[in-house]
Amino acid sequence: MAAIRVEGLRKTYGEVEAVAGIDFEVAEGECFALLGPNGAGKTTTVEILEGYRRRSAGEVEVLGFDPERGERAFRERIGIVLQSAGIDRELSVHEIVTLFGSYYPHPRDAAEVIDLVGLGDKRTARTRTLSGGQQRRLDLALGIVGDPDLLFLDEPTTGFDPSARRRSWELVESLRDLGKTILLTTHYMDEAQNLADRVAIIAAGRIVAEGSPETLGGRDVAEAEISFRLPPGAGLADLPRELGDGLRQDEDRVLLRSVAPTRDLYALTGWAVARGAELEALAVTRPSLEDVYLRLTGASRG
Amino acid sequence: MGEHPATGPLLLRQVRYQNKLFLRNPFSAFFALAFPMMFLLLFGSLNGNERLAVRGGIRFAQFLTPGLLAFAVISTCYTGLAVGVAMSRDLGILKRFRGTPLPTGLYVAGRILSAVWFSLVSAVLMVAVGVGLFDVRIIWRMLPAAVVTLLLGAACFCALGLAVAALIPNGEAAPVVANFTFLPVAFVSDLFFPTDNAPAWVAVVGGVFPVKHFALALEDTFNPFVSGSGFRWGHLAVIAVWGAAAAVVAVQRFQWEPRATVGARPRRQPTS
Repeated sequence: MAAIRVEGLRKTYGEVEAVAGIDFEVAEGECFALLGPNGAGKTTTVEILEGYRRRSAGEVEVLGFDPERGERAFRERIGIVLQSAGIDRELSVHEIVTLFGSYYPHPRDAAEVIDLVGLGDKRTARTRTLSGGQQRRLDLALGIVGDPDLLFLDEPTTGFDPSARRRSWELVESLRDLGKTILLTTHYMDEAQNLADRVAIIAAGRIVAEGSPETLGGRDVAEAEISFRLPPGAGLADLPRELGDGLRQDEDRVLLRSVAPTRDLYALTGWAVARGAELEALAVTRPSLEDVYLRLTGASRG
Repeated sequence: MGEHPATGPLLLRQVRYQNKLFLRNPFSAFFALAFPMMFLLLFGSLNGNERLAVRGGIRFAQFLTPGLLAFAVISTCYTGLAVGVAMSRDLGILKRFRGTPLPTGLYVAGRILSAVWFSLVSAVLMVAVGVGLFDVRIIWRMLPAAVVTLLLGAACFCALGLAVAALIPNGEAAPVVANFTFLPVAFVSDLFFPTDNAPAWVAVVGGVFPVKHFALALEDTFNPFVSGSGFRWGHLAVIAVWGAAAAVVAVQRFQWEPRATVGARPRRQPTS
């Protein structure tokens, strides 16, 4: 059974169409990422699934519930880490985690949750004394203290230093290993790549690509790019004819789009060896997730 | 899935949580507890023993103590809730609660009961100080009326505070709106001095709002020249009507999320 099912979802604010008809499903136990630039409609989509917002059109089912109805039984089974939410500044970490745990039928142990997010040494600290990253980890603690079946993470590691972020990733992975379903939004490609079983790229309120991080946007079958520097004294015209017309010169580098990189490399390196030349900066690359993302979201490299 | 957590313990926990926040915030504690007490000590010391020309010639301290009791209740319930709820909403604290299984009613009830609790604490402290320092007499035959009046007033001003929180655009406006609606009315409402001999318009203006009805009803329960059990049904009815109207507004207009979010994206919450 799907944990989340979304069909033809739309959300309009007056004239603005924040979500312009999207469909996706998230299986139980899956980690699904919505990847997209700011303003793409990620948060609107997630907040509809969490029950914060009413949809303008479409079908939504989360754990068999219609989130719009906001039933208590529904909220008991989900955990929410909002992109930004306040917290009472004068409560201690332990007090607030315990309080929130008491709202759920089968909460996790507060102390254990606090340790898990790496706030063990801040247990008795008032929340106002926490750094931004520590508050974000407290957000995560409050999201999981109810032991939810489904966890929503809206840009969970924005503003983290690399080690805190690595730690959060490990926590998310451990939750997934426990069979929890996770819906993640992020604008970090490496985050989607590391955590998600499947990724949907969302731009201007539409899903423009969907798949595993490896196959997204046809990356696995896309043309490879061979690049190198021409040896001194050689021009484009000197290169072997088998390389075809996919050749392009970019300043001192030559770029070759190739559907058969093994054959083309053989021809190319054979040619260089015959000339007694070394091909400097020789590289073979496939489009990165970043390339796919930038192409699909219509952004250009800076 | 299992049962929901039981309502009683959840409510108790919410009240304790709000109480903790109240005590840890020096401003709320100051305005609700210290401020009215300061007035009582100041005015009581200055002329607590003088006899008023009105209300049967009651001693000033005997009039002032219940008046400041009403002031403390209104500060705690009306100003406290209007500012507290609007701030919590602005900070996104309400939004976070909205995402938990805690029923809305229990969250709001926790805030109301906490405010009522500190109203009662303030009342007990002030009456104790009045009795101890200014020879204020508790009129035992009217004590039930005093308690009922106090609780009804607290309920009414909690509802008004919640209604104001729901209507104002943002938390920064809350203290301004709450004080500018309360303080001018306070001076024509017999909280600090009787307006029995004031110009007619003062009586008219004061009579419209619930503050004066609350003050008069409470003051009568401390007036030895008043006979009977001290229930002022007319005043209590006005308080109840204001409270009920405010409750309707508060329920219909309650907002979980900041009214105007900072940022480019429109995030208006549809009223449901």
